[in-house]
Amino acid sequence: MSEPRAGTGGLKVLPSDPSKIPGFAAGSVALRGPAGPEGIAPDEGKALTAGSRLEIDRLVALYPDRRSALLPALWVAQKEQGFVGSRAMEEIAAKLDVSPAFVAGVVSFYTMYQTKPIGRHLIQVCTTLSCYLRGADAVVSHLRKKLGVEVGGTTADGKFTLVTVECLGSCGTAPMLQLNDDFHENLDPIAKVDALLDSLK
Amino acid sequence: MAEKLLTRNVGVPGSATLEVYEQRGGYQALRKAITLPPESVTDEVKKSSLRGRGGAGFPTGLKWTFMPKDSPKPRYLIVNADESEPGTFKDRLLMEEDPHLCLEGILISAHAIRAKTAFVYVRGEFVRALRTMQMAVDDARKKGYLGKNILGSGADIDVVMHRGAGAYICGEETALMESLEGKRGYPRLKPPFPAVAGLYGCPTTINNVETLANVPFILERGADWYLTIGREKNAGPKLYCLSGHLKRPGVYEAPLGTQLMTLVNEMGGGLWKDGRKLKAIVPGGASAPVLTAAECADVPMDFDSLAARKSMLGSAGVMVMDDTVCMVRALERILRFFAHESCGQCTPCRVGVSWIHRIVKRIEDGGGQSGDCETMLDVCDNMIGKTICVFADAAALPAMAFVNKFRSEFEDHIKQGRCTLPEA
Repeated sequence: MSEPRAGTGGLKVLPSDPSKIPGFAAGSVALRGPAGPEGIAPDEGKALTAGSRLEIDRLVALYPDRRSALLPALWVAQKEQGFVGSRAMEEIAAKLDVSPAFVAGVVSFYTMYQTKPIGRHLIQVCTTLSCYLRGADAVVSHLRKKLGVEVGGTTADGKFTLVTVECLGSCGTAPMLQLNDDFHENLDPIAKVDALLDSLK
Repeated sequence: MAEKLLTRNVGVPGSATLEVYEQRGGYQALRKAITLPPESVTDEVKKSSLRGRGGAGFPTGLKWTFMPKDSPKPRYLIVNADESEPGTFKDRLLMEEDPHLCLEGILISAHAIRAKTAFVYVRGEFVRALRTMQMAVDDARKKGYLGKNILGSGADIDVVMHRGAGAYICGEETALMESLEGKRGYPRLKPPFPAVAGLYGCPTTINNVETLANVPFILERGADWYLTIGREKNAGPKLYCLSGHLKRPGVYEAPLGTQLMTLVNEMGGGLWKDGRKLKAIVPGGASAPVLTAAECADVPMDFDSLAARKSMLGSAGVMVMDDTVCMVRALERILRFFAHESCGQCTPCRVGVSWIHRIVKRIEDGGGQSGDCETMLDVCDNMIGKTICVFADAAALPAMAFVNKFRSEFEDHIKQGRCTLPEA
C-alpha cells in the first residue's frame, strides 16, 4: 500500500484479482488482509443442523428485538461448521428477518467470524505494544518457521492456521497467544510454544 | 498497604463460586440495596463521587440521574465488558476471578436506574470470562439473587450475557449498542444521549465492569467511607494494569492518585533487566499520550492529575518502555492497532489513521522523507474533533505526543535512512 500524497485525495484502485493485492498470499486463507475493502467471498457451507436452529430460537427469546440475536446466532453457526458459510448466513437472515446482504455486512465487520474453512486449530498471536515489548515477534517468527506457513496461512495438513491479532487484554502475561478459545500466557522461553503445539492432536 | 477491595477475592480458592463469595460476605450489599428506594442508591453513589473506570472518568451517580424519571419505555443497563484498549486487562481479571462481585454491582446498579434487564457485552475473545460470568448468573438465579422478585423484595432484574466478535470500537458506548442490536459497530451521533434514547431507542445507562464492582462497597460501607480512599474528586480504589518492561507486570489495586513511580518500582518491581533505564511510559492505555522518563517523576495516577499533564488516566493501562525501545517502532505498533480498528464510518479517521500509520512504518523501514513529521502532525490535526466518535482523537493524540516528545528520534531515522536503534 503506497500512501496517498497530501492533497491528492489518495484514491487507490485495488486490482480485481486478489492474488495481485500486496500482502495477499495466494493460496492462504486471508483472515486479516490489509485494512481496506476485503472482498468477502463466503464458502457455500452446509445448512444448519436442527440443534443449531433450536439454539438460535432460544437465543432469539433472550432479546426484546430478534435482530439482537444476530451475533450470537453467527457464533452458533461458526461453532457448528468452523466458519460462517453463505447458506448459514441465508438461514440466519430468514430467522431474524433481515436480508442476507445485511448479515454478510455484519459478518465482514467483525474479525472473529471466518467466512471460509480454516485449520483445525486457530493460533492467534498478539503483537500489540505490550506483547511486542516482551518478544511477541519472536513467537511469530518461531511459529512461521515451525509450521512452515506465512501469517494468514494454513498448514498443508489443515491442522493449523496462524494469524496475528491486536491486543487480547493479556498484557501483564506477555507474550501470549490464543489457541482456539483459550489464552496461553507467559510464552517465554519459546520452548513453551513447542510444548503447547506438540500436545495437540 | 491499603485494604484490598476489588481484588480481595483474587487468588482465594473457589473465588468464582457463589458459595465462597457468600462466605466472604458477598451479596450483603444487594440485600441492603434492594430494599432501598432506587433514588437513595443513586444518591449514595453520587455522594461517593465514583467516576467511570472505563476511561472517561465521568461521575457514575450523575450519569444515573440522566435517566428520565417518567418514560413509559423499558429501561436498560448495559455493562461494558468489551475491554480492548491495548495495555488494559483488569475487567477480565474481575470477571474470571470474582464474577459475583461484578454481578452484585450490576444488580444494585440496575435497581438504582430501575432497569429490569442488564446486558453484559463481553468481548468475543474473552471466552473464559464469559463462561465464568454465565455460571455466576445461573447460580445467582437459583438462589434468588436475580430474576423475578429478588430476595422477596418485589424487584425483577434479569441479566443477559452477550458475546461480541472482535471489534475494538464496540467498547464505545453507542457502537456497543448498535452491535447489541445486531448491526455493525458504528458509533452514533450524540445527542441524543443513551440515557434518553439508547438501546432500541429506550433509556439506557452504560457502565464499565470495574466501575460497577465498586458499587457494592459503596452501598455496604457508605459514601463517606469511600471518600476517605484516594484524593479529592478522585476517590476510591483503582485497578492499575502494569505491562511492558517490568519485573512483575500484572494488575495491582491501589488508591486513585497513587504515584506512577510507586506503581512501577514498588508494585511492578522496577525495570525487568539490570542496567536498563526508563525511557517512556504510556500511562492509560494506547490512547493516552506518552510520558517521557523525565515527566514520570511526579505523576499522581488519577483523572485530573493526568489531564493536567496533557495525558489521561484512561483505562489505567501502564505500559513501560526501557531505553532499548525505538519510539518510532513503538508508535508503529500503536498506530497499526488503530489503523486496523477504525470502523470506517468517518473519512478523517478511516483515511487519517491508516495514513499516519503508513508514514511511521515507512520511516521505521528506512524510507523516511524530510517533512514526514510535519505531514503527520498535519494529518493528526485534521482528524481531531472532526469525527462522530473520539476514536480519531484517541489515535491522533498519542501519535502527536510521540512525534513531539521524541522528535529527534524520528528525524534521525529520516536522516540516516534506517532504524537507529538495534533490535533489542
